[in-house]
Amino acid sequence: MAVRVQEAAFDPGLEVNAMHAANAGVGAVVAFVGYVRDFNEGREVAGMFLEHYPGMTEKALAKIAAEAQQRWPLLKVEVLHRIGALEPGEPIVFVGVASAHRQAAFDACNFIMDYLKTRAPFWKKEMTGDGPHWVEGRQSDQDAAGRW
Amino acid sequence: MNVKVMYFARYRERLGVDAERVEGAFAVLDDVRQALVARGAPYDVLGEQNLMCARNEELCKLDEPLEEGDEVAFFPPVTGG
Repeated sequence: MAVRVQEAAFDPGLEVNAMHAANAGVGAVVAFVGYVRDFNEGREVAGMFLEHYPGMTEKALAKIAAEAQQRWPLLKVEVLHRIGALEPGEPIVFVGVASAHRQAAFDACNFIMDYLKTRAPFWKKEMTGDGPHWVEGRQSDQDAAGRW
Repeated sequence: MNVKVMYFARYRERLGVDAERVEGAFAVLDDVRQALVARGAPYDVLGEQNLMCARNEELCKLDEPLEEGDEVAFFPPVTGG
Protein backbone atom coordinates (compact mmCIF):
# COMPACT_ATOMS: atom_id res chain seq x y z
CA MET A 1 0.00 0.00 0.00
CA ALA A 2 1.37 3.39 -0.90
CA VAL A 3 0.14 6.94 -0.51
CA ARG A 4 1.67 9.87 -2.34
CA VAL A 5 0.81 13.57 -2.07
CA GLN A 6 2.72 15.60 -4.61
CA GLU A 7 2.81 18.78 -6.69
CA ALA A 8 4.32 17.00 -9.68
CA ALA A 9 2.18 15.77 -12.56
CA PHE A 10 1.85 12.02 -13.11
CA ASP A 11 1.15 9.65 -15.98
CA PRO A 12 -2.02 7.64 -15.28
CA GLY A 13 -1.02 4.97 -17.82
CA LEU A 14 2.24 4.27 -16.03
CA GLU A 15 0.40 4.12 -12.72
CA VAL A 16 -2.12 1.60 -14.03
CA ASN A 17 0.58 -0.65 -15.48
CA ALA A 18 2.53 -0.52 -12.23
CA MET A 19 -0.48 -1.95 -10.41
CA HIS A 20 0.16 -5.33 -11.95
CA ALA A 21 3.94 -5.17 -11.96
CA ALA A 22 5.29 -8.72 -11.74
CA ASN A 23 2.57 -10.09 -9.51
CA ALA A 24 0.94 -12.91 -11.46
CA GLY A 25 -1.56 -13.37 -8.63
CA VAL A 26 -3.24 -10.15 -9.71
CA GLY A 27 -6.28 -10.96 -11.80
CA ALA A 28 -7.93 -7.55 -11.71
CA VAL A 29 -6.84 -3.95 -11.58
CA VAL A 30 -9.39 -1.17 -11.17
CA ALA A 31 -8.17 2.41 -11.39
CA PHE A 32 -9.87 5.76 -10.98
CA VAL A 33 -8.35 8.92 -12.41
CA GLY A 34 -9.85 12.30 -11.55
CA TYR A 35 -9.19 15.29 -13.85
CA VAL A 36 -9.57 19.05 -13.59
CA ARG A 37 -12.56 20.11 -15.69
CA ASP A 38 -12.69 23.40 -17.59
CA PHE A 39 -16.27 24.09 -16.52
CA ASN A 40 -17.96 23.75 -13.13
CA GLU A 41 -21.28 25.01 -11.75
CA GLY A 42 -21.88 27.36 -14.66
CA ARG A 43 -18.41 28.91 -14.68
CA GLU A 44 -15.44 28.42 -16.94
CA VAL A 45 -12.48 27.25 -14.92
CA ALA A 46 -9.06 28.53 -16.02
CA GLY A 47 -7.12 26.80 -13.26
CA MET A 48 -7.26 25.32 -9.82
CA PHE A 49 -5.29 25.41 -6.60
CA LEU A 50 -5.41 22.47 -4.20
CA GLU A 51 -4.78 23.28 -0.56
CA HIS A 52 -4.23 20.50 1.97
CA TYR A 53 -3.29 19.85 5.60
CA PRO A 54 0.30 18.55 5.48
CA GLY A 55 0.73 15.63 7.84
CA MET A 56 -2.95 14.91 8.26
CA THR A 57 -3.44 14.39 4.53
CA GLU A 58 -1.03 11.47 4.35
CA LYS A 59 -2.44 9.92 7.53
CA ALA A 60 -6.02 10.25 6.33
CA LEU A 61 -5.25 8.63 2.97
CA ALA A 62 -3.28 5.80 4.61
CA LYS A 63 -6.16 5.16 6.99
CA ILE A 64 -8.66 4.97 4.12
CA ALA A 65 -6.42 2.62 2.14
CA ALA A 66 -5.89 0.43 5.23
CA GLU A 67 -9.63 0.25 5.81
CA ALA A 68 -10.14 -0.88 2.21
CA GLN A 69 -7.58 -3.63 2.76
CA GLN A 70 -9.45 -4.80 5.83
CA ARG A 71 -12.77 -4.94 3.99
CA TRP A 72 -11.63 -6.61 0.76
CA PRO A 73 -8.90 -9.12 -0.19
CA LEU A 74 -6.59 -6.72 -2.03
CA LEU A 75 -3.10 -7.34 -3.39
CA LYS A 76 -2.13 -3.70 -3.91
CA VAL A 77 -3.53 -0.24 -3.21
CA GLU A 78 -2.09 3.02 -4.54
CA VAL A 79 -3.43 6.47 -3.75
CA LEU A 80 -1.85 9.49 -5.40
CA HIS A 81 -3.20 13.02 -4.97
CA ARG A 82 -1.81 16.24 -6.32
CA ILE A 83 -1.61 19.55 -4.49
CA GLY A 84 -0.81 23.10 -5.57
CA ALA A 85 -1.57 24.65 -8.96
CA LEU A 86 -3.31 22.59 -11.62
CA GLU A 87 -4.67 23.32 -15.10
CA PRO A 88 -7.81 22.03 -16.81
CA GLY A 89 -7.24 18.60 -18.30
CA GLU A 90 -4.60 17.62 -15.77
CA PRO A 91 -5.05 14.52 -13.60
CA ILE A 92 -5.61 15.36 -9.91
CA VAL A 93 -6.04 11.98 -8.29
CA PHE A 94 -5.23 8.34 -8.97
CA VAL A 95 -6.61 5.40 -7.01
CA GLY A 96 -5.47 1.97 -8.11
CA VAL A 97 -6.58 -1.32 -6.59
CA ALA A 98 -5.35 -4.80 -7.51
CA SER A 99 -6.97 -8.06 -6.45
CA ALA A 100 -7.38 -11.63 -7.60
CA HIS A 101 -10.95 -11.07 -8.79
CA ARG A 102 -12.69 -8.00 -10.15
CA GLN A 103 -15.47 -7.41 -7.63
CA ALA A 104 -13.16 -6.64 -4.72
CA ALA A 105 -11.15 -4.22 -6.87
CA PHE A 106 -14.26 -2.42 -8.19
CA ASP A 107 -15.79 -2.05 -4.76
CA ALA A 108 -12.58 -1.07 -2.97
CA CYS A 109 -11.73 1.60 -5.57
CA ASN A 110 -15.22 3.07 -5.26
CA PHE A 111 -15.03 2.98 -1.47
CA ILE A 112 -11.63 4.70 -1.39
CA MET A 113 -12.82 7.53 -3.63
CA ASP A 114 -16.02 8.04 -1.63
CA TYR A 115 -14.05 8.22 1.60
CA LEU A 116 -11.31 10.38 0.10
CA LYS A 117 -13.91 12.92 -1.03
CA THR A 118 -15.39 13.24 2.44
CA ARG A 119 -12.48 12.52 4.83
CA ALA A 120 -9.18 13.61 3.27
CA PRO A 121 -8.24 17.24 4.02
CA PHE A 122 -8.04 18.76 0.52
CA TRP A 123 -9.76 21.94 -0.62
CA LYS A 124 -10.16 23.07 -4.23
CA LYS A 125 -10.01 26.70 -5.20
CA GLU A 126 -11.08 27.41 -8.76
CA MET A 127 -9.81 30.32 -10.81
CA THR A 128 -12.71 31.62 -12.91
CA GLY A 129 -13.65 34.72 -14.90
CA ASP A 130 -15.39 35.99 -11.74
CA GLY A 131 -12.20 35.56 -9.74
CA PRO A 132 -11.07 32.75 -7.46
CA HIS A 133 -13.62 30.87 -5.39
CA TRP A 134 -13.64 27.84 -3.10
CA VAL A 135 -15.47 24.74 -4.25
CA GLU A 136 -18.22 23.82 -1.77
CA GLY A 137 -18.66 20.32 -0.39
CA ARG A 138 -21.59 18.41 -1.90
CA GLN A 139 -24.28 16.47 -0.10
CA SER A 140 -24.18 13.83 -2.84
CA ASP A 141 -20.59 13.04 -1.83
CA GLN A 142 -21.67 12.62 1.80
CA ASP A 143 -24.51 10.34 0.69
CA ALA A 144 -22.12 8.27 -1.44
CA ALA A 145 -19.72 7.76 1.49
CA GLY A 146 -22.62 6.86 3.77
CA ARG A 147 -23.55 3.74 1.78
CA TRP A 148 -20.40 1.88 2.88
CA MET B 1 -4.84 24.67 28.75
CA ASN B 2 -2.90 25.77 25.70
CA VAL B 3 -3.72 24.38 22.26
CA LYS B 4 -2.55 25.08 18.74
CA VAL B 5 -5.43 25.92 16.40
CA MET B 6 -5.10 25.65 12.64
CA TYR B 7 -7.42 26.94 9.93
CA PHE B 8 -7.66 25.90 6.31
CA ALA B 9 -9.06 27.05 2.99
CA ARG B 10 -11.97 29.51 3.22
CA TYR B 11 -11.68 29.79 7.01
CA ARG B 12 -7.94 30.54 6.81
CA GLU B 13 -8.59 33.29 4.25
CA ARG B 14 -11.50 34.78 6.19
CA LEU B 15 -9.56 34.87 9.46
CA GLY B 16 -6.33 36.02 7.84
CA VAL B 17 -4.32 33.56 9.92
CA ASP B 18 -3.35 29.93 9.38
CA ALA B 19 -2.51 28.99 12.97
CA GLU B 20 -2.52 30.46 16.47
CA ARG B 21 -2.12 29.36 20.07
CA VAL B 22 -5.22 29.63 22.23
CA GLU B 23 -5.33 29.54 26.02
CA GLY B 24 -8.39 28.62 28.05
CA ALA B 25 -10.17 26.08 30.24
CA PHE B 26 -11.06 23.63 27.48
CA ALA B 27 -12.52 20.18 28.14
CA VAL B 28 -13.62 19.32 24.62
CA LEU B 29 -12.90 20.65 21.16
CA ASP B 30 -16.19 22.54 21.00
CA ASP B 31 -15.07 24.68 23.97
CA VAL B 32 -12.26 26.03 21.79
CA ARG B 33 -14.63 26.67 18.92
CA GLN B 34 -17.09 28.52 21.14
CA ALA B 35 -14.34 30.66 22.68
CA LEU B 36 -13.23 31.66 19.19
CA VAL B 37 -16.78 32.38 17.96
CA ALA B 38 -17.24 34.61 21.03
CA ARG B 39 -14.52 36.89 19.67
CA GLY B 40 -17.07 38.02 17.07
CA ALA B 41 -16.50 38.61 13.35
CA PRO B 42 -14.70 37.23 11.45
CA TYR B 43 -14.53 34.28 13.88
CA ASP B 44 -18.29 33.81 13.51
CA VAL B 45 -17.37 31.72 10.46
CA LEU B 46 -16.55 28.91 12.93
CA GLY B 47 -20.25 28.80 13.76
CA GLU B 48 -21.08 27.31 10.38
CA GLN B 49 -23.23 24.18 10.59
CA ASN B 50 -21.09 22.03 8.33
CA LEU B 51 -17.73 22.90 9.92
CA MET B 52 -15.30 20.00 10.15
CA CYS B 53 -12.59 19.55 12.75
CA ALA B 54 -9.57 17.48 13.63
CA ARG B 55 -7.51 16.76 16.72
CA ASN B 56 -3.85 15.86 16.29
CA GLU B 57 -4.32 15.29 12.56
CA GLU B 58 -7.31 12.96 12.91
CA LEU B 59 -10.88 13.85 11.98
CA CYS B 60 -13.09 14.00 15.06
CA LYS B 61 -16.35 15.37 16.39
CA LEU B 62 -16.86 18.52 18.43
CA ASP B 63 -17.25 16.51 21.64
CA GLU B 64 -13.67 15.19 21.36
CA PRO B 65 -11.82 15.56 24.71
CA LEU B 66 -8.65 17.68 24.60
CA GLU B 67 -5.28 17.49 26.31
CA GLU B 68 -2.62 20.11 26.91
CA GLY B 69 -0.59 20.86 23.80
CA ASP B 70 -3.07 19.33 21.34
CA GLU B 71 -3.20 20.53 17.76
CA VAL B 72 -6.75 21.17 16.65
CA ALA B 73 -7.95 22.28 13.24
CA PHE B 74 -11.14 23.81 11.86
CA PHE B 75 -12.04 23.70 8.19
CA PRO B 76 -14.95 23.74 5.75
CA PRO B 77 -16.12 20.44 4.18
CA VAL B 78 -13.28 18.85 2.23
CA THR B 79 -13.37 18.93 -1.57
CA GLY B 80 -10.51 16.79 -2.85
CA GLY B 81 -10.61 14.03 -5.42
